Amino acid sequence: MSGLQVPMEQVLALAGLLFSCGLLGLMLRRNIIFMLMSLEVMLNAAALAFVAAGAKWGQADGQIIFLLILTIAAAEVAVGLGLVLQIQRRFKTLDMDQARRLRG
Amino acid sequence: MTGTWLIPFLPLASAVLLLLSAGRMPRQFAALLGAGSVGLAALCVGLLARDFLADGEVREITLWTWMAVGEFTPRIAFYIDGLTVVMMSVITGVGFLIHLYSIEFMWEDESICRYFAYMNLFVGAMLLLVMADNLLLLYLGWEGVGVCSYLLVGFWYREPANGRAARKAFVVTRVGDTAMALGLFLLFTQLGTLDIQPLLAAADLQWQVGDSLPVLATALLLGGAVGKSAQLPLHTWLPDAMAGPTPVSALIHAATMVTAGVYLIARTYGLFLLAPPTLEVVAWIGLFTLLLAAFAALAQHDIKRILAYSTISQIGYMFLALGVSSFSSAIFHLVTHAFFKALLFLAAGAVIHCLHHEHNIFRMGGLRTRLPVVFWSFLIGSAALAALPFTSGFFSKDAILVSAWETPGIGPWLWAGGLLGALLTDLYSFRLVFVVFFGEAHTEPDRQPGWKMAFPLVLLCALSLLGGLIVLPLAGVFPAAGEHPESHTIEYLTVGIPLLGLALAYLLFLGRQLSIDSLAESSAGRGLRAFWLNGWRIDELYDALWVRPYTSLAQWWRNEPVDLLYNAIVSLSQRAHHRLAALQTGELRWYATTMVFGLVLLIAIMLRNAR
Repeated sequence: MSGLQVPMEQVLALAGLLFSCGLLGLMLRRNIIFMLMSLEVMLNAAALAFVAAGAKWGQADGQIIFLLILTIAAAEVAVGLGLVLQIQRRFKTLDMDQARRLRG
Repeated sequence: MTGTWLIPFLPLASAVLLLLSAGRMPRQFAALLGAGSVGLAALCVGLLARDFLADGEVREITLWTWMAVGEFTPRIAFYIDGLTVVMMSVITGVGFLIHLYSIEFMWEDESICRYFAYMNLFVGAMLLLVMADNLLLLYLGWEGVGVCSYLLVGFWYREPANGRAARKAFVVTRVGDTAMALGLFLLFTQLGTLDIQPLLAAADLQWQVGDSLPVLATALLLGGAVGKSAQLPLHTWLPDAMAGPTPVSALIHAATMVTAGVYLIARTYGLFLLAPPTLEVVAWIGLFTLLLAAFAALAQHDIKRILAYSTISQIGYMFLALGVSSFSSAIFHLVTHAFFKALLFLAAGAVIHCLHHEHNIFRMGGLRTRLPVVFWSFLIGSAALAALPFTSGFFSKDAILVSAWETPGIGPWLWAGGLLGALLTDLYSFRLVFVVFFGEAHTEPDRQPGWKMAFPLVLLCALSLLGGLIVLPLAGVFPAAGEHPESHTIEYLTVGIPLLGLALAYLLFLGRQLSIDSLAESSAGRGLRAFWLNGWRIDELYDALWVRPYTSLAQWWRNEPVDLLYNAIVSLSQRAHHRLAALQTGELRWYATTMVFGLVLLIAIMLRNAR
């Protein structure tokens, strides 16, 4: 099966919506776990846009970039969760507003 | 004599030994070494003088080549002629007596070892100065005595005032020494040698009388002489140099070092004869200095300061003699002055020693019967200083005044000034005698001088009385003076003035038949006395002219105005850093938010540009 079944605009709108949700979550949530989840949402929104674009023009590049994003997300989560563990251990909290020792 | 090198070597070696002992040498041994080495040197000088008087031959002794830089090969070499022999005899002879005296004077001082080390170093350096065959070696001795003067003026260094006096002595003489060094450079570049005798011969060949180069060179040398001999305008250090122990004042600041300037001019007289303008300046400097110092001496009340001003004044006479080309009478006065001024200083030291370090003459008085040896020494010294007939000072001062009179042109003025100076000399020296030794006692002496103090005094008394009969072996050194077609008026005046001065001093200060109290206590008299007491306020003038501008410049410079620019850059970047560091809040969400807004802004700009 080739070609895009749904209109491109709707897919891009969905991707934009998802990205904005993630961005808002990143900016507004204080819990580090939620911030990481928001990052995942943003990554996936970008990946969705790639996949849609790849399907529309019948190019494999979209899928390849999607796979790349998947790997990056996995790596990022591995590092991020390590950080979360350390933050929990050191600050006894996951509230990022409390962890501000790098203040200049 | 083969052992001439021993003469400066003995005191120098003893100085090194004493310095190396670092004050741990027993005082008996230090005194023996200190005085003994100078005594041995005096003995060697005596043998040398005997040989010299027997054959009258000039001796040149080369020890080794000091250094060889191209054409410039100064040697460590001695040139012994009549002048050198005279100077060496004074330095070691009077020096030995003063060392002997010092043993008793400094016995209770904890640093007697250091004292003798410096004194011996001084004698060694002074001997190098007068024996030197070339001007560079002379300069070495010249600076050496300067250092010793500094060390000994500041000998009691725990008193800040003494340190200040020492620094002043050093810095003021350094001004003259700089001029002298420039003079040496000039002589070397022009004449290609610094060996004194070849230098004088070359100058005679290359330069005509009155050329500008010899005038410049002699003016620079004169600068050095003026600084070292405490003449106008560099005389201000000598009264303050009295901060040192009294035997030091006797040896360095009366008998030997301060006359080094006179020696320098006499030694290079050939150059000065080529520069009549400089010689005239020398005469005027001498005249003004002798009058100015004599007036200042009249108003002092510190016994040593009176003697210091009188030293300045007497060296003024020597300069006057040099200025009228009467070199041998200058050296004659140098020798007699060394005798009677050393005597006066040692006697003053004995007074100070026996009166619990009292310096103010108005708190002394009546010491005639209490310290008879000192009284007679002081009386004889003052008589010689005042040039009373048939004392040593009379013969030398008479010679100077007569040769001043015979100088065409300015002569009579110089003579009249010198005569006025002689009158003033009488007044201040007998004022000193009458105030200290007559009248009622204010302080009782707590001891009598021992034999180590009395013996040098007695010997110097004899020299001060009879020194005028010594015939100095200067015949071959200086051009022969013309016959004296003396007029009797001049003769009577030079004899009469000291007697007049003595009578006047008696009436003023002892008999009190003449009273100047009303004059002295009037506001003008009081102002004049304060003016003279402060040495014509020349110190204050120099303070305002040089010292204060210099220190304020140094203060200003200490803040390093050049660095202001760089410091401004540093502080600017530091302040910018603090401002920017405030942006780093450490809050993750704040970073994310700013990144988002930055991104939005960038995209907006890109979109606008793309359109």
